[in-house]
Amino acid sequence: MTPVRHALGTIGRAAFLALVLGFFALPLLWLASAPFDAHPSITTSVPEFTLANFRALLDNPYALGSLRNSLIQACGSAALVVTLAALAAYALSRARVPGRDALLYVLLLLSSVVTGTAAMVPLFELATRLNLIDTHLGVVLTLSGGLLPAAIFILKDFMDATPTSYEESARVFGASAGQVLRHVVIPLVRPGLATIAVWAVANVWGSFLQPFILLRDPDKAPGAVILYTLYTEGGAPRLDVISAFSLLYSLPVVVMYVFVSRRYGFRFHGGIKR
Amino acid sequence: MSPAEVPRSAAMVSGKHSLGFVVPALVLIGVFLVFPALWTVYLGLTDHRLTGLAAADPQVVGAANYAEALGDERFRTSLWLTVQFVLGSAVLGQAVLGFAIAWVLRDRRGPLKSVTEGLVLLAWILPSSVVAFLWIALLDRDGGTLNAILHTPGFAWLLDHPMMSIIVFNVWRGTAFSMMLYGAALENVPPSQLETARLAGASTLQQLRDVVFPHIKGHVLTNLLLITLWTFNDFTAFQLTAGGPEGRSEILPVYIYNVAMSGGRLGFGAAVSFLVLVVNLVLAFAYLRLLRSRGEVRPS
Repeated sequence: MTPVRHALGTIGRAAFLALVLGFFALPLLWLASAPFDAHPSITTSVPEFTLANFRALLDNPYALGSLRNSLIQACGSAALVVTLAALAAYALSRARVPGRDALLYVLLLLSSVVTGTAAMVPLFELATRLNLIDTHLGVVLTLSGGLLPAAIFILKDFMDATPTSYEESARVFGASAGQVLRHVVIPLVRPGLATIAVWAVANVWGSFLQPFILLRDPDKAPGAVILYTLYTEGGAPRLDVISAFSLLYSLPVVVMYVFVSRRYGFRFHGGIKR
Repeated sequence: MSPAEVPRSAAMVSGKHSLGFVVPALVLIGVFLVFPALWTVYLGLTDHRLTGLAAADPQVVGAANYAEALGDERFRTSLWLTVQFVLGSAVLGQAVLGFAIAWVLRDRRGPLKSVTEGLVLLAWILPSSVVAFLWIALLDRDGGTLNAILHTPGFAWLLDHPMMSIIVFNVWRGTAFSMMLYGAALENVPPSQLETARLAGASTLQQLRDVVFPHIKGHVLTNLLLITLWTFNDFTAFQLTAGGPEGRSEILPVYIYNVAMSGGRLGFGAAVSFLVLVVNLVLAFAYLRLLRSRGEVRPS
């Protein structure tokens, strides 16, 4: 390779990386500066430092309540998904059910095909008929149904990797199937359960479409929906509230992502593993 | 315990309980995943509405919804915008940019690599409501940072170029997945082969075509299928433009929402949803076939 071509290549790569950095950093700068700016504007600028914007959140009737709603819906879904997926994965891992793998693949296929977009109308109709409109339970059940197949699939992998000899010993001493699961299997697959729980929380925390359709009452709406209404509904948007709220609402997802990727190197999104 | 006893006692552990353990999950999946998919088919054949007479007593209208959709200018426009959105932001945007970043960073170490990857990932993991507002602020007509940088005050990106805006937005939003996938794929390419090609005087493009591509073909296909599926179903653009102005960025997910939920035409919306479902199925089957042919689906 000629020195000129080599130099051009190096310059080209550096320029490309600079462009990429700029492109990805530019929209994020506002999220880093505006929440701490005494006079937040829509333009990104060096902030005149203050924490008053976070105090403004307390005055907003929906801001903090919506984070509580997000927490209820996210933790409710995570608890449901982890419990049901652990039970199902255990049984599917230990029993030789004919067509078990085919069943798992069909469910996994369905969960990536039946998206909120594709099932918007029937999910809304179903919630209406079951009196689940404007309830946390409606959001929890709807989102859990979509998360369960991938959760079962991943947990079954964890269960398959644990030896059955402990369970057999416990059975010999007369433990029931439920006791074996609770005292022997669950402690062994705890990392898997934690992964699924965090994955479910992160998924539900960011979900917009389902709660947007299923909840009319702003007192039940999660952070995703309240943030959207903060910047779309009439009047000049309150940038102090929006900026501080955006940051507060984003933090848990970032923390969870860092936690999971550090610990398990697990990839978010799209249940199907590469 | 002798090996011969293991299968019997393992079966005893689950035996009659296994059904009881699996049923709760299956019921939930059945009611909130499988049933809605099937119900879409039926609802799409009715004139069901959110309010009014057809809400109380919906009639089966057969394929009328589909016939109407195909003849509807707004639906056809939406379909064409969706094709632009998927090809522009996923196939061309995310896949190409993601590969380029992975390629440039492939043998780098240190802070530059982690900062770049961190920023690209951040765009992917932040909640959609947050990133949508970040882009509304960036593209704002009067005070937007982009206009300040380009010295184009008063330029209304979201009103004058809504499709371009949501396409660039979605490239920014979703490149992380392609970057990570290609980053992992490039580790499969033997460095010695690249070195040989370089010494033989092959240009970067020739190296990519003749050495890299044959090794990562499967990954490219996986990547394209998955990001196509996700982009095709992505609702985040709604939070940026809500399909406007005048439907000029009304991609299918937004179209369905506007017609069914805002417009109250549930039956018609379900019919269009069903078309989305069919396209999703085709993409997912293609993906499964691909996995199987690469032997990644483990035998039981």
